[in-house]
Amino acid sequence: MTNHWTDIANANLVLVMGGNAAEAHPCGFKWVTEAKAHNKARLIVVDPRFTRTASVADYYAPIRTGTDIAFMGGLINYLLTQDKIQHEYVRNYTDVSFIVKAGYGFEDGIFSGYDVAKRAYTDKSGWGYEMGEDGFVKTDPSLQDPRCVYQLMKQHYSRYNIELASQICGMPVDAMQKIWDEIATCSVPGKTMTILYALGWTQHSIGSQIIRSAAMVQLLLGNVGMPGGGVNALRGHSNIQGLTDLGLLSNSLPGYLTLPGDAEQDYNAYIVKRTQKPLRPGQLSYWQNYSKFHVSLMKAWYGANATVENNWCYDYLPKLDIPNYDILKVFDLMGQGKVNGYMCQGFNPIAALPDKNRVMAALAKLKWLVVMDPLATETSEFWQKVGPYNDVNSADIQTEVIRLPTTCFAEEDGSLVNSSRWLQWHWKGADGPGEARTDVRIMSELFLRLRQRYQANGGAYAEPLLKLSWPYKIADEPSPEELAKEINGNATADFTDATGALIKANAQLAGFGQLKDDGSTASGCWIFCGSWTEVGNQMARRDNNDPFGMHQHQGWAWAWPANRRILYNRASADPQGKPWDEKKRLVWWNGKAWGGTDVPDYKADVPPEAGMNPFIMNPEGVARFFAVDKMNEGPFPEHYEPFETPIGINPLHPDNKKATSNPAARIFDSVWDTLGVAKDYPYAATSYRLTEHFHFWSKHCKLNAITQPEQFVEIGEVLAREKGIVAGDRVRVSCKRGHIEAVAVVTKRIRPLQVNNQVVHQIGIPLHWGFTGLTRHGYLTNTLVPFLGDGNTQTPESKSFLVNVEKI
Amino acid sequence: MIRKQILRYTANQRTNHWLVAILFFMAGLSGLALFHPALFWLSNLFGGGPWTRILHPFMGVLMFVFFLGLVFRFWRANYFIANDRLWLRRIDRVMKNQEEGVPPIGKYNPGQKLLFWTLLLCMLGLLLTGLVIWRAYFSDYFGITTIRWAMLLHALAGFVLILSIIVHIYAGIWIKGSVSAMMHGWVSRAWAKKHHELWYREVTRDERPRRDPPLSKKG
Amino acid sequence: MASQDIIARSATTTVPSSVRNQEEVAKLIDTTKCIGCKACQVACSEWNELRDEVGHNHGTYDNPQDLTAETWTLMRFTEHETDAGNLEWLIRKDGCMHCAEPGCLAACPSPGAIIKHANGIVDFNQDHCIGCGYCITGCPFNIPRISQKDHKAYKCTLCSDRVAVGLEPACVKTCPTGAIVFGSKEDMKEHAAERIVDLKSRGFDNAGLYDPAGVGGTHVMYVLHHADTPKLYAGLPIDPTISPLVELWKGVSKPLGLLAMGLAVLAGFFHYVRVGPQIVEEDELPPLNDPSVHEVDPSVHTYDPKREDRP
Repeated sequence: MTNHWTDIANANLVLVMGGNAAEAHPCGFKWVTEAKAHNKARLIVVDPRFTRTASVADYYAPIRTGTDIAFMGGLINYLLTQDKIQHEYVRNYTDVSFIVKAGYGFEDGIFSGYDVAKRAYTDKSGWGYEMGEDGFVKTDPSLQDPRCVYQLMKQHYSRYNIELASQICGMPVDAMQKIWDEIATCSVPGKTMTILYALGWTQHSIGSQIIRSAAMVQLLLGNVGMPGGGVNALRGHSNIQGLTDLGLLSNSLPGYLTLPGDAEQDYNAYIVKRTQKPLRPGQLSYWQNYSKFHVSLMKAWYGANATVENNWCYDYLPKLDIPNYDILKVFDLMGQGKVNGYMCQGFNPIAALPDKNRVMAALAKLKWLVVMDPLATETSEFWQKVGPYNDVNSADIQTEVIRLPTTCFAEEDGSLVNSSRWLQWHWKGADGPGEARTDVRIMSELFLRLRQRYQANGGAYAEPLLKLSWPYKIADEPSPEELAKEINGNATADFTDATGALIKANAQLAGFGQLKDDGSTASGCWIFCGSWTEVGNQMARRDNNDPFGMHQHQGWAWAWPANRRILYNRASADPQGKPWDEKKRLVWWNGKAWGGTDVPDYKADVPPEAGMNPFIMNPEGVARFFAVDKMNEGPFPEHYEPFETPIGINPLHPDNKKATSNPAARIFDSVWDTLGVAKDYPYAATSYRLTEHFHFWSKHCKLNAITQPEQFVEIGEVLAREKGIVAGDRVRVSCKRGHIEAVAVVTKRIRPLQVNNQVVHQIGIPLHWGFTGLTRHGYLTNTLVPFLGDGNTQTPESKSFLVNVEKI
Repeated sequence: MIRKQILRYTANQRTNHWLVAILFFMAGLSGLALFHPALFWLSNLFGGGPWTRILHPFMGVLMFVFFLGLVFRFWRANYFIANDRLWLRRIDRVMKNQEEGVPPIGKYNPGQKLLFWTLLLCMLGLLLTGLVIWRAYFSDYFGITTIRWAMLLHALAGFVLILSIIVHIYAGIWIKGSVSAMMHGWVSRAWAKKHHELWYREVTRDERPRRDPPLSKKG
Repeated sequence: MASQDIIARSATTTVPSSVRNQEEVAKLIDTTKCIGCKACQVACSEWNELRDEVGHNHGTYDNPQDLTAETWTLMRFTEHETDAGNLEWLIRKDGCMHCAEPGCLAACPSPGAIIKHANGIVDFNQDHCIGCGYCITGCPFNIPRISQKDHKAYKCTLCSDRVAVGLEPACVKTCPTGAIVFGSKEDMKEHAAERIVDLKSRGFDNAGLYDPAGVGGTHVMYVLHHADTPKLYAGLPIDPTISPLVELWKGVSKPLGLLAMGLAVLAGFFHYVRVGPQIVEEDELPPLNDPSVHEVDPSVHTYDPKREDRP
């Protein structure tokens, strides 16, 4: 979230789209209720289904799954053509005036630089700015230059008129107009809309670009950095934010630092590439500090072994031979027999990954599989026949499965990072049962044994392992406190920080501003620096004081970065440093420094006149409508159909087959044959979670099992009538990859949509059931999901695929 | 062998009657315990509230079953005959122990017959409504309105039954000789002649003319 | 709660304790804020240690299907299309309403099995419950359920054990959106009034409070978008009262019935006193010589010496 949970109470308008906040985040949803009750906020819900969130909304409109960019693109067009934008904000805090390179182009659904054979934009050189001779980007403050971002954006979205958007989305024109009108009212300075989304936006082949399109709308309305504004991802797991923060992705290092590629063998080149110089005069470009974060990380990992002479152990870092080994890639390789063993920690891939049958086949090719989990997951029993739900021949599976029971979150101290970026310390509620061990202990013992073997027997390139710093009091079970302190970071030698204070060696650091690239500081994750200082564990704070009545609660836990609650919050004040609106005051310039109800996301002592802009992490200093080369399918979000589209064409580019679905999505050659077409599988299906369950966990819990005992699918009344299905019937839902059987919930809440002059029916498929646990056995819903993903995040397209439905 | 007495009830009939009577008292007392708070203490006779609730329906059903036995035995004798109407019209005289103008009647007087049929109706009503409100086994099959009606009718039928039995018992106390008739079966000829003359004539083939011919014949 | 706080008691005809003054409490369920997450169902089960069966899906979101002895509260989902063609998903948390004039209490035959506290909570005392199910018959909201395990009646206690020590009911504690609130009945009415103003401003012209007078008001109240048609919310009765059938059965008929029976006995007694018994004078009719007794008791064929002595 750019903003955070309690801040939702500041919103004037809440748009829930690509998510079902009431269902999936009922506790956080209380702040929507607060906004409605005490801020007269209105709630708009856009979703393929009339959801639990819609049940308390002021307005609901249906949308066809996977068409949100058409909605947002149309909205952008509407805001621009009707001039419903926050002018001063857009002009000063975004890249609208930046001149784009002549090499950039867009034709019939494809941007410049596309390689058809590789299904990728291999040449992104055109996706950048015209640079002036002064080394800065050329701009046209008048916004008249046809190649300025404003004009290009306006031109790009001019195609998204409301009729076309309506025909793509299946949302009636009047409903769309009503919502756009209401959203447009938030272009008034001080009136804010918050957007709450979740996996309903991410789990598409165009997921990242859907979110970008929403961010663009928020920038046009001047709602980013504002209280009650922002683009807010409601994360699907209590600590999934922590996962990305700590870099548990194949190409990441903690704190959004990046792993080098094969070509980056030179340390200095690695650093220089990531140390971005400001693209406009007077801008901060905070990533200029990259080396401080990186060196401090390496000091945390390798301690005294990391020295300036050995480039802080740079050689010990793995270098990626391909852009990344995302989960789809790993299982594709596994399916090809190229993976021998797999450590599966807190993960249930046959349930969570798309195309269960493909994942099963891949697991069956492993020699060994280690499952670390508190529960008996489906993955750990993938080899076992369980009726029709897991119809395998165990004798054919030779994978040795080793199950290591772990404790769950409530059975250990530690911290979780929630959607608000708050690190909240939690305390153990009970000991783990039986032989359960903490994940930390299991991994530590594994490490110690590996190290011992390398020490005893030697091995190829053992240094990265042997030189690792392991300073914990109990070697085989580092305590959560030790780890948290290490992640925060400490001084490795005496030094003087920027304010002139002397920091003694071994002292906990107060914040990432103290990090150095000379080896005198160590920090396991720079954005977490400040979470455990000399004062103590900041994550354990529970002061819900709210002195300004702005729901910022600075004393509650600790938010990264720097206990800052709203990102880009400098943008909540006008260029002169005054809040856009007194009711929405967050940070302001008091004549000497920036301060207010939040920690300024800014250099605190830079006066407004200096012209430093709010988006300090960007070298431009401003927010980008034009994504330059950061996205894999183009600088502007463009609507592409789901890979399994119920209408067969992209109405924006009906004649260009290449532009039907995302031309730069993650898809393997072997997957094309597994995709169905509307002729055979006519219904657009979407999968989702229910409030009664959490993923595949809570079905192991009796009370949750009672509240939602049996697998079901949701079918609209009209389609059900056509098919002779009544509520309570059992139905078979099939696609080219397999089928599931479930009880039919026949509902008014899913209506047939008029899409591209035809009727499209949607089917809703909750995903919680499986063949272990206390609920009635069910089929793994992801049997139906195609094995392909977003072009940037590789997130599977679990929200849009085609199925057929038959009464059994 | 010369008999001075007439056998009014066989041993089986008497046993049946007293089984019904005992069950009536048990079902009735347990029913009363549930009917009015002032009588809830009666539940102690049955081992407390829950046992009262458990036993009551079984006793009721059993009572009904045995009562069916009485019905099969006596239903013919409870057909109304011509004299019954007049007898009923003269009930005031009957009540005053006067015999003038009271017509001779059969084995059962019309009051007994009325009681018989009332009991049968009540028993049927109690059985049917009782099943509806029998929580442990049957109530789930019925809607709440049906159950409410059944509750009310059950109470009503019970009430009528109890009232009827009070009358029945009193009649037994009042008409000397009837209790002993039900106890050991025999009645004196005089008793039979006085209270059930037609029956008496039937069983004795006594063709002697009545001292007091029926008034209906006069008119 | 202290026994002094019991102000009504089933099957009890005398005046209960009434010297202590206690504020009436109420739980307010705002259906317009409720998202149907069932956290209240789970919290209720947790606090009261209830574990119903893992059932089936019957084609709706309602699970379990109905209240049971082990499910004291339940979300009921209704899809409703307004005249304007707008869809509404009305979600109501069902459970005991804690009526000021509880039908269950009126119907209960077992003294003290159902009690009403001075704060308005209607509670079942399973120790006194005999399992007859009369409370089900008496309840205008169809709430109590008899357990098939122990044949006792169960329903929401409004967490009387929590309220007694100053805590809110478990469902209130857990409700994530604040759709369930708890406090004095007066405060709850005030809160509801504010909610209704807000709802009217959002176009729900018939928004209102459900506190039905027919049962003397309730200590569980609803804020409804459509207070004019509570039936929409899974059959919430528009004007619930104790059924006239139950009133008749448990009302006047009880004392009158008893009176009638007493009178019948008395009538008999005085008849006997005044009119006297009917005694047959045995010499009234000499025995006939012809022993033509038709009916023969087969059980008296055996020799019975007493018979020979009969007069």
